[in-house]
Amino acid sequence: MVTHPDLQNQFDLQVAEDQRIEPKDWMPEPYRRTLVRQISQHAHSEIVGMLPEGNWITRAPSLRRKAVLLAKVQDEAGHGLYLYSAAETLGTSREQMIDDLHSGKAKYSSIFNYPTLSWADMGAIGWLVDGAAIMNQVPLCRTSYGPYARAMVRICKEESFHQRQGYEIMMTLAKGSEAQRAMAQDALNRWWWPVLMMFGPKDDESPNTALSMQWKIKRFTNDELRQKFVDATVPQAEYLGLSIPDPDLKWNETRGHYDFGSINWDEFWEVVKGNGPCNRQRLEARRKAHEEGAWVREAAAAYAKKRMTNSSNDE
Amino acid sequence: MDTQWPLWEVFIRSKQGLDHKHVGSLHAADAQMAMENARDVYTRRREGVSIWVVESKHIHASNPDEQEAFFDPADDKAYRHPTFYEVPDSLTHI
Repeated sequence: MVTHPDLQNQFDLQVAEDQRIEPKDWMPEPYRRTLVRQISQHAHSEIVGMLPEGNWITRAPSLRRKAVLLAKVQDEAGHGLYLYSAAETLGTSREQMIDDLHSGKAKYSSIFNYPTLSWADMGAIGWLVDGAAIMNQVPLCRTSYGPYARAMVRICKEESFHQRQGYEIMMTLAKGSEAQRAMAQDALNRWWWPVLMMFGPKDDESPNTALSMQWKIKRFTNDELRQKFVDATVPQAEYLGLSIPDPDLKWNETRGHYDFGSINWDEFWEVVKGNGPCNRQRLEARRKAHEEGAWVREAAAAYAKKRMTNSSNDE
Repeated sequence: MDTQWPLWEVFIRSKQGLDHKHVGSLHAADAQMAMENARDVYTRRREGVSIWVVESKHIHASNPDEQEAFFDPADDKAYRHPTFYEVPDSLTHI
């Protein structure tokens, strides 16, 4: 690769001064590649993330819950679109990104490879999964790449109801019958550890963190965000009267943070590698939706073409 | 011969990191002229760091007569707003 000392200096200065990088600005190739990977992964997570919740739309316990869940899943489709568009400003195409998802080359958040076994999982996902996502996404509103930062501002604004509706479900169950409380506790037990894994590998084992921090794509490390999340979430669990499934969890007066037990990283890497409980099912569902939707895309293109021919004949 | 040049819509990014915002329009013979005129008309006081010009005929706008019916599907969906959900005041970060 040809090096451009002046351009590189200009870029470094822009980043150092917290200026946003915009699509037409020069940027180092590894910066572009990192962004394409991260933004497309983020987009894929929104799209695949519709599946575990979509599973419960028809079985929501009331019309109100159904309308809310539908609205949340709709938002996730929208968030996927904002992010795909942001990635496209970097010169990749929608088609390429979708192909990479479907071939297994591109990743998405490992959390969506876990099954949603009961209605309480809708509560746990909103409260914990969206809570963790928000922790991660709020600093991304100040990420160095302009289109990504602007997409994140929209997403964060819309996301705030997702966590609250989840917590509301958890409150209702926690205040309910013995069986409902057990359902809520079971959901917390199953989701807690996978949610902590959402922040990614430990800092000393995260290959991309150092550069991403230097480029100000990331503003906090994985471990910093994970700690913030634990600190924020423990009091919320206490309010519900549910217990977090970690015997090592305790307040550390000296650190001013909660200490927590060690994460099963073997499980994390197995899920990332494709061996989680639902990886195959999720990708199959995406591929099937894409293939079975082909005729709709073709019909729309054919109709647009026909209308164009008709209107040019009128002139 | 008096031929009207096409109309162009002008969008300005006032500062790195912000969106391009519509600021107005102008007539120009081609994109390059539109760009230079937009600079002279809309950024004489350094109001921008980036300009987009788009030929007006390429912009499709929603119909103001149908505004009500077009946008009202969102009116009965209060549950898309966080304030729809009751969360105890004592809790933070939620």
